Amino acid sequence: MNGIKRALGLLWIIIGPLAMVLMFMQAIEKIGLAAEGAAKTNTALQWGIILFIFIPIAIGLVIFGWYALKGEYDRLPSDEL
Amino acid sequence: MGLKTNGNSIFKVIGASSLGTLIEWYDFYIFGSLATIIGAKLFPADAGASALINTLAIFAAGFIVRPFGALVFGRLGDLIGRKYTFLLTLVLMGGSTFLIGLIPSYSTIGYAAPILVLILRLIQGLALGGEYGGAATYVAEHAAPGRRGFFTSWIQTTATGGLFLSLGIIVLTKNLIGAEDFAAWGWRVPFLLSILLVGVSIYIRMKMHESPMFSKLKSEGKVSKNPLKESFSHKTNFKMVLLALFGATMGQGVIWYTGQFYAQSFLENTCKVDFNDSRYILLWGIAFATPFFVIFGSWSDRVGRKWIMLGGMLLGIVFYRPVYQIFLDDTDMTKTEQKDILQVSVPVVSRLAVENTKDSLITTSAVVTLLNGGSYTKVQSYTKYEDPGRGVVAGPDVYKDKKLATPVFWKFVGLIFFQILLVTMVYGPIAAFLVELFPTKIRYTSMSLPYHVGNGVFGGLVPFIATLIVSFPGSTPLSGLWYPIGIAALSFIIGAVYLSNTKPDHGEGHEESTKEILL
Repeated sequence: MNGIKRALGLLWIIIGPLAMVLMFMQAIEKIGLAAEGAAKTNTALQWGIILFIFIPIAIGLVIFGWYALKGEYDRLPSDEL
Repeated sequence: MGLKTNGNSIFKVIGASSLGTLIEWYDFYIFGSLATIIGAKLFPADAGASALINTLAIFAAGFIVRPFGALVFGRLGDLIGRKYTFLLTLVLMGGSTFLIGLIPSYSTIGYAAPILVLILRLIQGLALGGEYGGAATYVAEHAAPGRRGFFTSWIQTTATGGLFLSLGIIVLTKNLIGAEDFAAWGWRVPFLLSILLVGVSIYIRMKMHESPMFSKLKSEGKVSKNPLKESFSHKTNFKMVLLALFGATMGQGVIWYTGQFYAQSFLENTCKVDFNDSRYILLWGIAFATPFFVIFGSWSDRVGRKWIMLGGMLLGIVFYRPVYQIFLDDTDMTKTEQKDILQVSVPVVSRLAVENTKDSLITTSAVVTLLNGGSYTKVQSYTKYEDPGRGVVAGPDVYKDKKLATPVFWKFVGLIFFQILLVTMVYGPIAAFLVELFPTKIRYTSMSLPYHVGNGVFGGLVPFIATLIVSFPGSTPLSGLWYPIGIAALSFIIGAVYLSNTKPDHGEGHEESTKEILL
């Protein structure tokens, strides 16, 4: 199980930045559409809020992945009782 | 531990904490329950769908600042105590809710209206960020260690209870004063009423004592000097904050807000179910499902928290799309055949001139009553062009204000009940789960942050992000569900692999053990 925990750690490290890149691409595409008047509701402000919130969370996922990769979750405090 | 602690019985502690928390949730949710009406008041009349999305963005802003409230008030709670901190949050919440009820509309003060509401909404979010962690910690620290799931599950009923109360007062006010007056001024009543509810709760909370665990720490001089630093700069504690967020609260948040908020928004805005019907369905669903918070909370004391919470997430991942497909199919009035119709009212015709042209928009609306007891309003629109070459062009038919036939109504109640049952699975045990993850001296701060990021950010943004996804070109009405399904799936995998399912009967032993590891 500890092997799976560590291997998945690498996945979380990749998913964090990947999710942000995909979100940035979506934001640029949808803001572009809004500028052309094709989609009135997808504005820069709304996408700005989404990116502002999810960037720190994506960084948190990378840190979580790093801890998992280093084996920090092999034993939790509650397992030691 | 007996039921008497610090002069207060555990049930008095639960009652006083739960009442205040319930009122805070009520204050927080009336805004979401009235998003469509508030959108029309805060933004220009021609804003259309963007008014709803902007209102949902203001609604979401309250969720986004919840983690900051968790940091500010969590720190305060770990420094000066639980009791005075969650008294302060109650006053801030009640005051800002009352003031939202007094804000003039866009037609009176222009864009100052949404800006002022946004500021008050941010204060609401900060206050709620501080409230919940305080109440859950306060109750848990009064409870016997092996029964924390049962006792804190009462606090867990308050979020749904607050939603129930907000829906109930909205429906009651609307039915008492009529739909027109409610849209004009009556929507303010639920906000103004909050000041009375908060006053009662403050009076009750003033009489409570400080938590016995915090009092003990204080008397021994062991209160944390810098809870933020201890919570987030020590790897041993910070890694648990991350695990709590990604393995539990993130998935729990999207299940909560899909089942109770997105469901109502979907019924009202996508399926076009009548205002009252959509709220009655949710009210019944909540009423039937609420006892399960306590059942699952209590059960988690015996079998552990992990698999109950993850079970709720898994069921959501598997069943959300089929459930919402049934909502769509059963409210699809385009399939109505002539033999199903009992009567059609005399159509009301209106003509609207299109600005700066001589074209006009003609709409006819008629109420269609069905043999099965249901009804709907069918609106047909035509654009009559000045240019004879273009003539008259028919727009798409719109079916709205759908009142459901009794069997369909109860079927929908059952589907909402199922979704709220999932909420009770993920939410009933989670307060005890979070409390037991962190030591007393930094508990308020440490548990509040993952809770409010999971619920406030991931959960609170469900209506906003799902509505936004549906507005993408090529999307279907069900596309918005990919957001909660994706987040719940990620959280399920992380929780299944990394969380342990230790039976929570260690109490102080766990407390000391974790503290030793931390220090």
